[in-house]
Amino acid sequence: MQSFDLGKEGLRALNSSLHALKGQTNMTDWEVINPKGAHAIAAGVDAPVDITVRGSTGYYCAGMNKQATIRIKGSAGPGVAENMMSGTVIVDGDASQYAGATGRGGLLVIKGNAASRCGISMKGIDIVVHGNIGHMSCFMAQSGNIVVLGDAGDALGDSLYEARLFVRGSVKSLGADCIEKEMRDEHYAILEDLLRRGEADHKAKPEEFRRYGSARKLYNFNIDNAAAY
Amino acid sequence: MCGIVGLFLKDPKLEPKLGELLTDMLITMTDRGPDSAGIAIYGGAKDGLGKITVQSATPDQDFKNLDGDLHDAIGQPVAMLVKSTHAVLEVPLDQLDAARSALAHLRPGIKVMSAGDSIEIFKEVGLPKDVAARFEVAKMQGTHGIGHTRMATESAVTTMGAHPFSTGPDQCLVHNGSLSNHNGLRRELVRKGMTFETQNDTEVAAAYVSQKLKEGEDLGKALESGLEDLDGFYTFVVGTKNGFGVVRDPIACKPAVMAETDEYVAFGSEYRALVNLPGIENARVWEPEPATVYFWER
Repeated sequence: MQSFDLGKEGLRALNSSLHALKGQTNMTDWEVINPKGAHAIAAGVDAPVDITVRGSTGYYCAGMNKQATIRIKGSAGPGVAENMMSGTVIVDGDASQYAGATGRGGLLVIKGNAASRCGISMKGIDIVVHGNIGHMSCFMAQSGNIVVLGDAGDALGDSLYEARLFVRGSVKSLGADCIEKEMRDEHYAILEDLLRRGEADHKAKPEEFRRYGSARKLYNFNIDNAAAY
Repeated sequence: MCGIVGLFLKDPKLEPKLGELLTDMLITMTDRGPDSAGIAIYGGAKDGLGKITVQSATPDQDFKNLDGDLHDAIGQPVAMLVKSTHAVLEVPLDQLDAARSALAHLRPGIKVMSAGDSIEIFKEVGLPKDVAARFEVAKMQGTHGIGHTRMATESAVTTMGAHPFSTGPDQCLVHNGSLSNHNGLRRELVRKGMTFETQNDTEVAAAYVSQKLKEGEDLGKALESGLEDLDGFYTFVVGTKNGFGVVRDPIACKPAVMAETDEYVAFGSEYRALVNLPGIENARVWEPEPATVYFWER
């Protein structure tokens, strides 16, 4: 176990040590102590390592993550796992706005609530939120899956492309071009897998969810749809 | 971008440490707002006495014998404490308005930062650590306080453009964001009798809240009204003599984190502003919801 005291050694030293890990490494287990809400903790990691951050983080923790498993033993500030490519990020507490934004792959798990704009413009990431998500979540989401065990705020999935949105609780309102869709066997299978990997299978069952997706009317500009934008 | 910090104490045992705690929080928010900083502190109210905090670009001249001159003008005892470019004048509470009018004649160059029973406002351009040191904020005591670090996006980087803004007795407001309908609102408020020192959007928001309080609304209602009438991006933190309020616009782009324990309610633009508060590890920490008014009063 590599233990790194962020208060003593500083962010740049942490991130350059993590960036130096390439491919095969013996240093696969990392712990970051005294994060104290600092920005960009473990951003840009590209190695199959385990990193545990013991406390709450500021902006962009685990941003652009590739391969690594990053656990935050606290809450995360704005933009956690933003543009994640692969790997897993698990937040034990809440996540601030735009968690998982533009994410291209991997799995983001938020055990508390996520604030506004969760999964905005997601492009292949899977997101599992044990609590609620805020307004404008999944705006322009292109692909990937989001699973919300709680409720969704206003304008869910506005201008949505092909991401699949699964919500167990209420949806305050759907955004433009987002509609409820039927649950088919393939969707139950996706949910079963994501609930298990998202450490939520003891909390919810696939059949308790509703699926939302794109009505596909706003893909290309059509003057007849002007009022829907 | 700007940084906001606020601390509303529930436990009087922390009151001697208010300035010290706020200074640490303020300096942590330096990279959100390095061009100017300010702080409003509520404390030290004395029966029958009021305070006016004034600022001067030429304090050596303006503050020289200011207490004596003001005493002569209002015929009442005046105490003065000079802190760098600011001075706090203590006058009988019923003479606050008379003292303000007299000051405008005696020292046309000075600006009134705040007036009321317990509020004092100190603000200047410069790094937050330098501003805090200049006014010895760490030594200040009180019941609640609000601080701001500014990175200006509109209107000039000047002392008067720094936050907090005070537009009514014992009232202050700080802002992270930008308003888009402040020019129209300013004209309406001027028609209702409000006066403005700057072209700043935040001053309009402060005056708007002051006007609503003047019309009889309580702080919570005034902030609710603001959700209807103020257009733009904002996280506001507002102080009154006994109260402390927070509101974010419905889009809620501007960050905000709150923490509450039995000892205090704290606000920070980011969690890292709160990390050194006593008992933070066991505090209830949450993000204020969009378009939702939070306020505490004692």
